[in-house]
Amino acid sequence: MLYINCPHCGMRSQNEFSYGGDASVKRPELNKEVSDQEWDDFVYNRKSLRGKHLELWQHISGCRQWIKVERDTATHEIFRTFKADEDVA
Amino acid sequence: MQKYSIFNLVKNAFSNHENWDLAWKDPTPKEEYDVVIIGGGGHGLATAYYLAKEHKITKVAIIEKGWIGGGNVGRNTTIIRSNYMHDENGLFSEFGMDLWRKMSQDLNYNVMFSPRGIINLAHSDAQMNAYARRGNSMRLNGIDAVLLNREQVKEIIPMADFSDNVRFPIFGGLMQPSAGTARHDAVAWGYARQADSMGVDIIQNCEVIGFDVSVGKINGIRTSRGNIKAKKVGLCVAGSTNILAEKLNMTLPIETHLLQACVSEPVKPVLDKVVTFGAGHFYVSQSDKGEMVMGGDLDGYNSYAQRGNLPTLQHVLTEGIAMMPFLSKLKMLRTWGGIMDMSMDGSPIIDKTHIEGLYLNCGWCYGGFKATPASGWTFAHTIAQDRVHELNAGYSLNRFSTGNLIDEKGLGTKTWIS
Repeated sequence: MLYINCPHCGMRSQNEFSYGGDASVKRPELNKEVSDQEWDDFVYNRKSLRGKHLELWQHISGCRQWIKVERDTATHEIFRTFKADEDVA
Repeated sequence: MQKYSIFNLVKNAFSNHENWDLAWKDPTPKEEYDVVIIGGGGHGLATAYYLAKEHKITKVAIIEKGWIGGGNVGRNTTIIRSNYMHDENGLFSEFGMDLWRKMSQDLNYNVMFSPRGIINLAHSDAQMNAYARRGNSMRLNGIDAVLLNREQVKEIIPMADFSDNVRFPIFGGLMQPSAGTARHDAVAWGYARQADSMGVDIIQNCEVIGFDVSVGKINGIRTSRGNIKAKKVGLCVAGSTNILAEKLNMTLPIETHLLQACVSEPVKPVLDKVVTFGAGHFYVSQSDKGEMVMGGDLDGYNSYAQRGNLPTLQHVLTEGIAMMPFLSKLKMLRTWGGIMDMSMDGSPIIDKTHIEGLYLNCGWCYGGFKATPASGWTFAHTIAQDRVHELNAGYSLNRFSTGNLIDEKGLGTKTWIS
């Protein structure tokens, strides 16, 4: 069982959350010329890192907020959690 | 190589079976090979076998970080089927079914192929319509498909829940009678033994740590056991694809996820089909030892851990009990996990890359085991001829940017959602 520290509600079990994928993916800026490569990188291509991975989760059975979680994809250890609009240093 | 036969079995009985040849050798890496296959799983071993057998390329090495057959080929639920709707998947898998049928004879190794049939259960009228459509598509591609109504399903699997007060009543199902199971370890060992006998070096405990690429061409690999020169290199590493791609500065439409499976204690024969639950993601078959072999959803977050987490297992088995209530009486014997190379459209990639001499085989999602022979056969062709075969032409790497996706299930790019 993963325990995720929701920045809004505190420590909760993974059963309350749903996964949202790689949080480092950025949508190409609006009103700017977008190359095919940039669009592919946004929609399809993923680094899928082994080790520290910044990812989105939604506290779907809690506050329903989207949050960012820094988690190790090899050990499942969770290091830090952030609000969705928080900058990750 | 000693042939496995009743004659040799009797002959070796006189020496207490102490003089059998090793099934494969344990060579030290040579300086150079024509082809290096990275990954000693089912697909890698099959690729090396077909390179030697079909293309007479025998200066081949398989480089395996752990031991052969220790990854997903030893961690799956052994289901073999070709019940796909799209032409690319259907024709590829049906070609594979033919190889499965001949495999034990071809490899001189009993892979215990058991074409017992698979039934996908339907739980609504809409699902019956969808299955009718898929069944028709299958039959147009020469794949056997039978649409069953509720009574017909009840006759075949009476132990499923046919009572009136269930949340997901069984409306019927789609059956592929020629689908089935095989002994997964035997597949790896059979391919390894034959490849080895034709001159392929199977090098275990050897980790790839880098690639030698110059002016867009591959020259070799760097490993924990030294540098190896190679004219061609094939990647067959399933859940580790992204790790090696990073060393090549490639970002792929692949994410690595964790998938669990489990077996119950062995019981008397009760189920002679593979059955899948249609209102969720659960499948079950009974092994020759009597264990109920079960699996379902991914754990649902990126993972390289080859071990599972209980919430997903509980969720999957809840579906199982909804489908076949007797499963709740069984004790769990073993659970395990493997790491899947989940592609963004749910279909695999077998293709050349932008680096000359580097070939890619990945993206098998939930269905790598059944694809073992067809994947090896087409990948060997792609490497040997330096061009894709018509069977894997659709499994191109650039289909994502060109929009030619093969979205069998239409799930989109959230690979963890099933």
